Amino acid sequence: MDYLAHLALNTGIFIILAVSLNLINGICGQFSLGHAGFWAVGAYTGAAYGVFLAPEALPDFINLFISCGIGFTVAALSGLLIGVPCLRLRGDYLAIATLGFGEIIRILIMNMDVVGGPRGFTNIPNWSNLFWVYFWVVVTIVFCANLLRGTHGRAIISIREDEIAADSMGIYTFKYKTLAFVIGAGFAGLAGALFGHAQQFLHPNGFTFMWSVIILLMIILGGLGSITGAIVGAIILTILPEMLRFMGETVSQWRMVIYSILLICLMLWRPSGIFGKHEFNILKFFKKNEEATS
Amino acid sequence: MSDNLTYFFYDLFQYLVNGLAQGSIYALIALGYTMVYGIIKLINFAHGEFYMIGAFIGFYCLVSGMPLWMAFPAAMIGAGLVAVLVEKVVYRPIRHAGRIPALITALGTSLLFQYLGQGVIGADPKAFPTAIAEKTYMIGEVIITRTQIIIMVVTFVLMVLLYWLVNHTKTGKAMRATSFNMNAAELMGINTNKIISFTFFIGAALAGAAGVLVGMYYNTAEPMMGLIPGLKAFIAAVLGGIGIIPGAVIGGLVLGVAENLVVGFWISTYRDAIAFAILILILLIKPAGILGKNRKEKV
Repeated sequence: MDYLAHLALNTGIFIILAVSLNLINGICGQFSLGHAGFWAVGAYTGAAYGVFLAPEALPDFINLFISCGIGFTVAALSGLLIGVPCLRLRGDYLAIATLGFGEIIRILIMNMDVVGGPRGFTNIPNWSNLFWVYFWVVVTIVFCANLLRGTHGRAIISIREDEIAADSMGIYTFKYKTLAFVIGAGFAGLAGALFGHAQQFLHPNGFTFMWSVIILLMIILGGLGSITGAIVGAIILTILPEMLRFMGETVSQWRMVIYSILLICLMLWRPSGIFGKHEFNILKFFKKNEEATS
Repeated sequence: MSDNLTYFFYDLFQYLVNGLAQGSIYALIALGYTMVYGIIKLINFAHGEFYMIGAFIGFYCLVSGMPLWMAFPAAMIGAGLVAVLVEKVVYRPIRHAGRIPALITALGTSLLFQYLGQGVIGADPKAFPTAIAEKTYMIGEVIITRTQIIIMVVTFVLMVLLYWLVNHTKTGKAMRATSFNMNAAELMGINTNKIISFTFFIGAALAGAAGVLVGMYYNTAEPMMGLIPGLKAFIAAVLGGIGIIPGAVIGGLVLGVAENLVVGFWISTYRDAIAFAILILILLIKPAGILGKNRKEKV
């Protein structure tokens, strides 16, 4: 039971990460490879609050709430700091620059003795639980879905479709790119704070470039630009390694090999992923069925 | 001159020598990046893995008792053939799908080789056999090892060969034509697919050579060794102006020297961060690189 709860917790955290990366990569079309960096920022600041600042008197869930808030804010601020210079770049150059920043963040944390540096950050209070993780999952999804329906969301989508056309229609593309980037980074930081309080131990090497790629794989598998796709992708790719574990040591050793082949095959044969840019809506699904039967 | 200042200069020259040796390696890898980018506008993330493959082919050749002068070309050809295969199987079908899908595919290929290497060879670093007896030379207080000299000489020779190949042969002319305008080159009767395969071969062969040299320099080889040097070589290519062959050499040397100066005079753990910091600076200040010309993007 513990194992399942832990798995469900991780799935929730990865859903937040995937949905937030999807906002940057899939919906705004700005290819970022530094998501693990923002995740790390959130995890470390959230954990630092828990270890050094949190008043004992407050109940755990309020502390977790504050910790998530701090994780979100600091990650969003670092997103702003990184986004403003980087978002002037396009396409593959942006990917490399964000990758670079992700690695720089990791190296900086590695050199910070206050948070343990290469020894890792220990004794983080265990505040995360299933309820609060899924509370934040719902908040993230609802926020992103509603953002897309409004003016800002439309502007963000138009950048993905055609940046030059959006520019000439009077959309201040730089502002909206930064907006999407900052919000995405913020939610990654929130996921980080939840992750820190769930794991109770953080190590800079847990936030390598490989994790950015895995989160990217989640949204590509689900379908770049689709929120439901990101959710499904995150669920599949968190549960798949556990299934592989049951199939024996050797198979689970080859997890990353399987992932990379999956990534290549997806790109070669179905670059739009499972859902493409479409959203899957349960209500609509049943409605359609009714129409079909009646 | 006071003693302190003298020692400062000895230190400086020592780091410069180390930096040039390291930079030569980056330059060799960066050449492949730049050539492939120049010809099909693809950031070949898997390029660092060709370097790893070269190192391991060299490793197994040397372990099985082959002399260095045979192991070295074997590693180059082996890495080149792997690259040609990768290009045929993975990159060719994706070539017209756009840059981002191609980039993701390259990322996948890179991860595939790394973890395949870990699965097949094992994640632990292998001790690279000593191919030539190590000897150190002293110039004043500055130490130069024989391996460092070999690295710089081999790099120089390979670059001269590459320069000759690109500028003074028919294949080189075809390569330049293809990178200039692929469709027009095809209309002129150049088999562009063949030229692209050949470019991959040359680039990966240079990376394979770098792999063997690094194996000799640090005496280790491991499946993950390609990741960081691969990224840094990419940075070197961007620094010099991606797509420009002399630019890769300049970028590689500058990066190697800069890195060693940081290690020597500042904090050694920031070694990897400085490369990325340079990348971001150059992208913001002069995205076309040191030798690049700014080109306006057309709609």
